[in-house]
Amino acid sequence: MNTTAIFINVFAFGCLIFAIIKDRAKTKQALTVALKSFFRILPSVLIIIIFIGLLLGSIPQSQISKIVGEQAGFRGVLIVALLGAFLHIPSLISFPLAASLLKSGASVTSVAVFITTLTMIGVVTLPLEIKELGKKMALLRNGISFVIAIIIGIIMGVIL
Amino acid sequence: MKDYVKEKETQRKGMKRDAIILAITLIITIALLSIFPDKQEAVITTSWNFFIEMILILPAVMVLMGLFSVFVPKEKVVKYLGKAAGIKAVFLGILMGALPTGPLYVAFPMASALLKKSAKISCIIAFLSAWACIKIPQEMVELQFLGPKFMAARLSLTIISVAIMGILIERLIEWGDKKTNKS
Repeated sequence: MNTTAIFINVFAFGCLIFAIIKDRAKTKQALTVALKSFFRILPSVLIIIIFIGLLLGSIPQSQISKIVGEQAGFRGVLIVALLGAFLHIPSLISFPLAASLLKSGASVTSVAVFITTLTMIGVVTLPLEIKELGKKMALLRNGISFVIAIIIGIIMGVIL
Repeated sequence: MKDYVKEKETQRKGMKRDAIILAITLIITIALLSIFPDKQEAVITTSWNFFIEMILILPAVMVLMGLFSVFVPKEKVVKYLGKAAGIKAVFLGILMGALPTGPLYVAFPMASALLKKSAKISCIIAFLSAWACIKIPQEMVELQFLGPKFMAARLSLTIISVAIMGILIERLIEWGDKKTNKS
């Protein structure tokens, strides 16, 4: 078990203890929610893990880095940004996917852009967003998020 | 109550869909691995390593999500943000967006309620964007898979950009409203 995993578990455990002291009944309710969401997300987690195995195990690194690596340049960044905007997968499982891309030769910029557009922009949920918030606000938010995602990615590529 | 039943129904449907996709993925993977036996070891080892990394933190992440969802009720968030003003509203929006859990579409009705309460637009945008990409349990997963440096850099850049975007969109919408009022 690595340090990060230990830290995360200790952090969650600490929060749990704090919650029990504060309100026993609510904590029990929270644990029921936790158990339900665990089983709810498990199939998606398994799907993405198998997908990562296939991706890393069978596609050569040079292929992946040609599409989303350093030498792919701005066009590669644009492709992952669009991919992230259109894909509709839970953000929880986007991180292992991003890590696998990074391991297989994708650049920091494209991975950061991918995570940011994936979480911030939802083309699939855009109709709902327009219905709830109006056309102007929804389109502005998604459009500006797209530009911001690319800026964040470029800065991360420079500093990391 | 009706909403609750509907939610349960869609959840069951989603669960079923995920199980079917998982089964299809498994079948395709087994087929592929038997056609290309030389790839078997690499694929299985990679998947297994990622599975271990994930299963070590997934229960903890789910506990955090459960705690936040029960201890930070949606109504309170809406009540709190509806009254916020100034630059503080933007950062309060980010904080309140980072705490509760759930997919982005859960946040849209909350944002719409805030809009009706005439909360600040910068606050609503900050809230929505933070909800989308700076959830605390979610950041734990980022920490595990991408490391502290990557997570810290992306988190701080995201907070700054979300604040700027909130203010920018507020100005744009106010400017647009003024223009239509004049003509």
